[in-house]
Amino acid sequence: MALCVAVVSKENAPKYVASLNPEDELQIQYEIHSSIDFVEEKLKTGKKDMRELYLGLLYSTENHKVYGYVTNTKVKFFVVIDSSNLLLRDNEIRFMFRKLHTAYTDLMCNPFYIPGDYITSENFDKVARGILTGNS
Amino acid sequence: MSAEDVLFDMLHSEIVSYLVSKSAEDEDISILEHLGYSCGWRLIERITKELPRYKEELDILKFICTDFWSCVYKKQVDNLRTNHQGVYVLHDNEFRFFSKLSNGTQYLKSAPKYATFTCGLIRGALENFGISSIVTVEISRMPLCKFNIQVLPSSS
Repeated sequence: MALCVAVVSKENAPKYVASLNPEDELQIQYEIHSSIDFVEEKLKTGKKDMRELYLGLLYSTENHKVYGYVTNTKVKFFVVIDSSNLLLRDNEIRFMFRKLHTAYTDLMCNPFYIPGDYITSENFDKVARGILTGNS
Repeated sequence: MSAEDVLFDMLHSEIVSYLVSKSAEDEDISILEHLGYSCGWRLIERITKELPRYKEELDILKFICTDFWSCVYKKQVDNLRTNHQGVYVLHDNEFRFFSKLSNGTQYLKSAPKYATFTCGLIRGALENFGISSIVTVEISRMPLCKFNIQVLPSSS
């Protein structure tokens, strides 16, 4: 169960944001924004063996933890979870990203989606909502 | 050659002949190229899903020559040459779209039309990796085909 799911394009423009409770959204978006810097830094200075798409924990505050994932084409996925949630393992977070990535590649195969547009696909939204509510 | 490959071949040759018969001489090429571009762009997103991250430009070009080419054309590029200054030449000794056309210089004049889609395919794939490029084709004798890739300096 996650608090927020976000997709950021290779030019660092937000492409999709979905969150569980809208009151926190501003704060979470701010945190995701900060995490983009961490991603850029990890990609640039990352060791040679930084071959995995999953980047792990990027940023944590009192309330939230931000996890990141970057595809080969520099599209960034973020998942924000509650810091008090200790049940969630690394593996499950990986699984969330895997699902998001699959949904994203499926979206790319849709000829009506123009690369670079904001994501309005219902299928993608369903997957993201599934990750948020945890019953995916 | 499996059934799905035949479908792709036939669809491709229909698209080429449709565009050539429909539009003016210059226009047809750019539409074909754009078709390939958007195809390559989307395809990359899908193929690289399970693959580790590529960092160097040469790694990406190697990926195009091996994995990408075998995904689309069921074979690898036969030869990759580079001057290490942003120019790459891909040699395909038996380019799929030519193999049915001719085994020499007959129909050489219409050959570029059948390679334009692939030029776009390469350009779109590289673009999604963040490499802007110009891809041209050089054909002296079918079914041999050379793709010249000129990498443009990145804006960032």
